[in-house]
Amino acid sequence: MSRYFIDRASKSVVLICAVTSFLVLLLIVTFIAKEAMPAFREVGLGQFLFGGEWRPVDGQFGILTMIVGSVCVTIGSLLLAVPLAVACAIFLAEVAPHRLREICRPMVELLVGIPSVVYGLVGMAVLVPLIRELGGTGFSLLAAIIVLTAMVLPTIICISEDSIRSVPIQYKEAALALGATRWQTIWHVLLPAARSGIIAAAVLGMGRAVGETMAMIMVIGNSPIFPSSLLDSVRTLTGNIAVEIAYATGVHENALFATGVVLFVFIIVLSSIAFIARRKEITR
Amino acid sequence: MRLSPQLTQRFAWVVTWVAGVSTVLILLVVVGYVVARGIAVIDLEFLVTAPEGGLTAEGGISTAIVSTIYLVGTTLIVLIPLGIGAAIYLAEYAPDNWLTRLIRYGIELLAGVPSIVFGLFGFIIFVSILGFGFSILAGALTLVCLLLPFIIRASEEAMRMVPQSYREAALSLGATRWQSIRHVLLPAALPGIVTGIILCIGRSVAESAPLFVTMGGSHLMPTSLLDQGRPLSLHVFYIAMETTAFDVAMATAIVLIVIILAINGITNWLSRRFQAKMRGEGA
Repeated sequence: MSRYFIDRASKSVVLICAVTSFLVLLLIVTFIAKEAMPAFREVGLGQFLFGGEWRPVDGQFGILTMIVGSVCVTIGSLLLAVPLAVACAIFLAEVAPHRLREICRPMVELLVGIPSVVYGLVGMAVLVPLIRELGGTGFSLLAAIIVLTAMVLPTIICISEDSIRSVPIQYKEAALALGATRWQTIWHVLLPAARSGIIAAAVLGMGRAVGETMAMIMVIGNSPIFPSSLLDSVRTLTGNIAVEIAYATGVHENALFATGVVLFVFIIVLSSIAFIARRKEITR
Repeated sequence: MRLSPQLTQRFAWVVTWVAGVSTVLILLVVVGYVVARGIAVIDLEFLVTAPEGGLTAEGGISTAIVSTIYLVGTTLIVLIPLGIGAAIYLAEYAPDNWLTRLIRYGIELLAGVPSIVFGLFGFIIFVSILGFGFSILAGALTLVCLLLPFIIRASEEAMRMVPQSYREAALSLGATRWQSIRHVLLPAALPGIVTGIILCIGRSVAESAPLFVTMGGSHLMPTSLLDQGRPLSLHVFYIAMETTAFDVAMATAIVLIVIILAINGITNWLSRRFQAKMRGEGA
């Protein structure tokens, strides 16, 4: 086979690979939307999104309780995780002695890769019994928030720390030369300069929080109800899909795919907001 | 009362120390608790015996280990050619037109999709439509879809970092485009590509949601790719949810964590070697 033939053929082969990758996205959107359509048609978009009753047995398919569950869990964990992670990132980047950082940073990087089921397991074994003392069954919104916080912390810490470290050193030196204390430098110069990276870290954390499934199933109780307190069991959008897909048929199955569509749209909206926010930062 | 800058700094330093140390401590406690509770269960027999099911989770985790190996192996066999091929196209051949931008945007979007949505996709395409049923194959193909954006990104970056002079030298010696890619570019980008592959292995081992809905849950030893399987991550889940033997779940989690540790270590070592090579040190 002449090498020129191989050369021309290889170009086509790699093009096919690239197009296949794009095709995967197209197929996902197509098939999930296709499977979801019957649910949207039968239940109606409004009733599906804003209906507060999820009872497949009676043909009730309203996912509002799950939307509220997902939103509560995500916001709760981000409220806890972002400040803590940024403080920890500042610690690692600026405050910690060099040797301490050399030890801590690889540990945090390791924790990024720990499977979510492990966090869920510790949540089940430790948190749930503890929370049971406060009331309820222990399988609660609170447990889920704490577990999710622990899960997104390492990711946000690593990316934020990288951002802070990548601020040009001239900024820091200029501030110090002007007589600022180290903290003033961090707060008024480094953090604003690293802002877009920290926002990116938070968005990544949010994506992980919204998409987390198994750990949530393990600690959240999976009751499709509106939470009235942190001790209530709730259900997330992701948990809804995973828990019922195995035995769902007919419209029930379609409704689960429709939940997937809602998740998909959710993430796209979040990513777009983040993308726009980052663009605005860069053009500042 | 206006605090002096020095006092504010004192205060801030205390806060960041507390935040930093307590965060690392909390996270370590998670791993530490798992190890403390599960280490007693681990011995050679645990690793090579099959789980027997039941409320107290007798037996070991051999089938889970085998399932995981089959799963990751199959995933890599499909993922590597597809991902590197796409990366080669994007890094070397792609013209700056609408199609390329569309492909790139699609890949970026794919990276953000929640893993359970990939599970739904795998469920409808690989399990149902293509008829593989709940199987290791279905799980592996689902993982391929999930991991594609990451390996493409890592490989493309590695290829972009190869100096242009390498390509020009190869072409000036009379090599065809493909020859210069295959014999010069790819070997030069190999460390970065391998790092990407190993990170994908790490993610395959850690993923659970998409596999939950595509692999079935059988804890029996798989003998073919079309058999149901239960990888380690899901084994932890099932034991925690279906039995009372948390200790066994913790032990399985230890095995998982050790694997992730090893993968992290290899990745770090490889990327250090890569950087040294790029700087011109070493062989």
